[in-house]
Amino acid sequence: MARSIALLLVFLFSAFALSSQLYGIKPVKVLNFDQLEPYLNKKNDTVYLVNFWATWCAPCIAELPAIKAVEKKYSDKKFKVLLVSLDMPGHLKTRLTPFLLSNKITSDVVLLDDPDQNRWIDRIDKQWSGEIPFTVIYGKDFRESYSQSFDFKTLDSIINRKIKMP
Amino acid sequence: MKSIISLFFVLFFAVSVAYSSGYNIGDKAADFKLKNIDGKFVSFSNYPDAKGFVLVFTCNGCPYAQAYQDRIVEIDKKYKSKGYPVIAINPNDPALAPADSFDKMVSVAKTEGFTFPYLIDEKQEVYKNYGATKTPHVYVLQKKGSDFVVQYIGAIDDSYQDATKVNSPFLASALDALVAGSLPETTTTKAIGCGIKDKSKK
Repeated sequence: MARSIALLLVFLFSAFALSSQLYGIKPVKVLNFDQLEPYLNKKNDTVYLVNFWATWCAPCIAELPAIKAVEKKYSDKKFKVLLVSLDMPGHLKTRLTPFLLSNKITSDVVLLDDPDQNRWIDRIDKQWSGEIPFTVIYGKDFRESYSQSFDFKTLDSIINRKIKMP
Repeated sequence: MKSIISLFFVLFFAVSVAYSSGYNIGDKAADFKLKNIDGKFVSFSNYPDAKGFVLVFTCNGCPYAQAYQDRIVEIDKKYKSKGYPVIAINPNDPALAPADSFDKMVSVAKTEGFTFPYLIDEKQEVYKNYGATKTPHVYVLQKKGSDFVVQYIGAIDDSYQDATKVNSPFLASALDALVAGSLPETTTTKAIGCGIKDKSKK
């Protein structure tokens, strides 16, 4: 009995792992703020979009297709997207990963697990009071943040402008 | 010359708009008149004996707001008798957030045992006036003469996931200070919350 359950679990796990690979879903890393911070302060020629979101946040979900489309449009340019999920850490396997699978989210996704938010919100942006969705777009010599839910046109024009900057 | 003057006015206007987005510590907060879940309207003037208020912009549907419902009830129970009652305000547009409709506020207040008024910001003017951006978002006001002075803005504590793991009970510490006749040591804190749902922000 125990053996068949173990077999079933192995089967389910491999099916899950396989389906993740099939859709190109990357494994979600769980980070604290100190581990996340380097992703917000890279200094090279690439334009970075770091989006703070959660599966339960309706306006966040609403802008994911726009982020996905922009990421695809500039896939041959020096442009990178990082989705920082603020889902509860206990919901990684039950909500976040299934959501990424069913919505075929192939961007880099990390889960930020750091409850002492008062310590790190200012270190991302002093103007940010903690509402999501929230997006930081930065490059070597600029840094902008947006407290809004993007549509494709708005986001595309920002990224287009930033990528073309000399 | 005329164009310089008009430019000056445009700049002045732009600067005033930029700086008028919400209250800072020490500002005088405006009273309001908003509908409570019992259908009656609530204002500061309904509380002649209050020494101040704990205004909490919150809602039904946001998981962060839900995580704090019990803790807000505890704050109200503890500090109402000390002169600082809780007033909760739902700032969301129910057309954008159906879970935050007036009817659902009534049922949430009942099932969660709210001991305080739960008001709806129907015109979405009060939250803008205060500068709230998310739920939950707390403002502690202290009555000084006929004014209500903002003494604390921000989070409830530093552990949204687990009330038993709080290291810094920000809001309770601020209230303890005010009740003891001094000023809060920490006056502003930050926490993640759900952005306020407003058509004008889309």
